[in-house]
Amino acid sequence: MSVMSEGAELAIGSTAASSCQPSSASVGDYIALMKPRVMSLVVFTALVGMILAPGHLHPVIGFTALLCISVAAGAAAALNMWYDADIDAKMRRTAHRPIPRGRITPGEAFGFGITLAGFSIALLGLLVSWLAAALLAFTIFFYVVIYTIWLKRWTPQNIVIGGAAGAFPPMIGWAAATGSISIEPCLLFLIVFLWTPPHFWALSLTRMDDYARAGVPMLPVVAGVEETRRQILLYSIALALTGATPWLLGYCGAIYGVTALLAGAAMIALALRLRGEREGKRAHRAAGRLFGFSILYLFAIFAALLVDAGISGQALTGP
Amino acid sequence: MAREPGKIVLTPEQQRRRRARSIAIALALGALVILFFIVTLVKGPAVLNRPL
Repeated sequence: MSVMSEGAELAIGSTAASSCQPSSASVGDYIALMKPRVMSLVVFTALVGMILAPGHLHPVIGFTALLCISVAAGAAAALNMWYDADIDAKMRRTAHRPIPRGRITPGEAFGFGITLAGFSIALLGLLVSWLAAALLAFTIFFYVVIYTIWLKRWTPQNIVIGGAAGAFPPMIGWAAATGSISIEPCLLFLIVFLWTPPHFWALSLTRMDDYARAGVPMLPVVAGVEETRRQILLYSIALALTGATPWLLGYCGAIYGVTALLAGAAMIALALRLRGEREGKRAHRAAGRLFGFSILYLFAIFAALLVDAGISGQALTGP
Repeated sequence: MAREPGKIVLTPEQQRRRRARSIAIALALGALVILFFIVTLVKGPAVLNRPL
């Protein structure tokens, strides 16, 4: 498949066709373009990375860093919607997005995304840290070019590798606070990285027809439901073990340890139940339940890291 | 209202949305100015010191 795929051709074609039409986009359409719900998870994990980092960061500088990270997440989402407008129009879950609905032209979305990306990177570099800005730029590049343009339409491992983009925010938060990177933010990265496959594959099990219609090679479409359930279980086990690692290595206390163990056990139990429910509504419900719990899992263990650090009064540092 | 050839006339709804977009851009730029001002106060002379 050429890099200039159907998505970009549609985007460029629509841009040319609609360049002389007045825009009908509202402010709300532009906010929807930034995927605000996804942004909340990005901001939360970045905030945790920032708070857990050793040293003191002035609240205004911390707020600026979070603002830049959230705007950059919105920029990446807008560029993703620009490129994937053709796919989004074919899927029920995404057909209501501003571009498929005709509220925003692909050209407007592209301009919006590029502008926000440039501003957020420059602002983070000028006001906070150039290392954090470089990581932010790489994250946007990874999400838009590596995941959206290259991997998403090419391989069933799309969200495994592409998941790295969503795992960078705690590392960027840490870099913003310290101006450096160490083993601790890499652990946070690994947790989010391993969390992504079971989270998205559980969702894709409930939306298989959508992905098949759009021609996106998600694992259930390409390798089948059974293989997807097996992979979800394997990744859930890896996630549960990795989730407990900060406690096992002595980086944080019992509150985090208990939370990570309980949440990890629940994740594995739900993955096992999903494997046991072969077909019908019960299987669909089991996938939906695992998807919902996976969001809770990430919030819970990152919140536990915060509580643990707040009680001990210490940063996330080794024994 | 007679429409001049080659000129785009916005509907009232399009005008309303354009105004809302313009206000949003103005607010964002104003917020950016305030942010730069506050960060300059917070950093003081160190505002020019940007460690990697």
